[in-house]
Amino acid sequence: MSLSSHVASFRASALALARRPLFLEGARDAVPMAIGIAAWGLVAGVAMAKSGMGLALAIFMSVIVYAGSAQIASLPLIAAGAPMWVVWATTLCVSLRFMAFSFHYRPFFAHLPRRQRIALSFLMGDTNFALFMRRFPERVAGPRHEDFFLGNAVVTFGVWQLSIITGIVAGHAIPASWGLGFAGTMALLALTCTQLRDSSTRVAAVVAACAAVAAYALPLKLNILVAIAAAVAFGVLADHARAAREGARP
Amino acid sequence: MSPLEIFFTTLGMAAIALLCRAFFLLPDQELPMPRWLREGLRYAPTAALAAVVAPELVLTQGHLIDTWRDPRIFGALAGLLFYAWRSSLFGTIVCGTGVMLALRFGLGW
Repeated sequence: MSLSSHVASFRASALALARRPLFLEGARDAVPMAIGIAAWGLVAGVAMAKSGMGLALAIFMSVIVYAGSAQIASLPLIAAGAPMWVVWATTLCVSLRFMAFSFHYRPFFAHLPRRQRIALSFLMGDTNFALFMRRFPERVAGPRHEDFFLGNAVVTFGVWQLSIITGIVAGHAIPASWGLGFAGTMALLALTCTQLRDSSTRVAAVVAACAAVAAYALPLKLNILVAIAAAVAFGVLADHARAAREGARP
Repeated sequence: MSPLEIFFTTLGMAAIALLCRAFFLLPDQELPMPRWLREGLRYAPTAALAAVVAPELVLTQGHLIDTWRDPRIFGALAGLLFYAWRSSLFGTIVCGTGVMLALRFGLGW
């Protein structure tokens, strides 16, 4: 196929996708979060501008890494001239939570070709995940779950890149006192609320929050990993205790 | 780091982030996993979100805040209350940030 026919077929399939109802629903669901994502992206962009890595590299990193927390965690390390493996180890620790996301997405996307699965993976983020699981708590036969995911992810990706690049370019013109970062934190807090389905998830979230604060001094952002481990351990124990209690009843 | 080093560091970061996101979607066959871990992982995404949020609310420069007059706490509480009332994501963000800004600029906390 020639390049122009590739472009034409891509355009046709993109247009067809954009008309599907679940794609539109996903896109609509992402809109309320846009304010939080935009604020957070702006903060991340300003941080990148101030790190002194230069405009081109900062934009390059935003587009290909597309993981705000990993990018922000890497900035002080890069500025301090830390060895490459330390930056990568930090990226790994901050990104391990994505593994849990991909685990939960598997039943929804396993039937797709591998190339599509990888493409969808690139677009995974905290926002998409929470909104997706709110919309589809369980896999149901029939709907094209990937359409909802894509609608959601495309809006999120667009808003995030637009705001982080604005932050990178505007840089020093945006004062820290505006509290933009706090809007991002509030967005994540709201997302956390959407995930609290039952009392054991609620307690697990509190366990994770306390562990993350207590272990904050650990290097490489390992506190997040400690918090996840603590919450999973609590969850397993809670499930077992409930099973034992229900098993004991006549 | 030199620009070239930053370039390669960035490529590695992109590869690591993508590998983590694709981890369970890459294999065609289901990965074998003990049942307790399969069930425990149900808690991981919520825990990750809570673990990212909590330090942002109660730590300043890596230290636990030592005053109750911190606008972030009240902003977060306002956001939580709003969510409990309306379950609106947009409202939670606006209400929480609004209360935080009102306390910071109104009362000078």
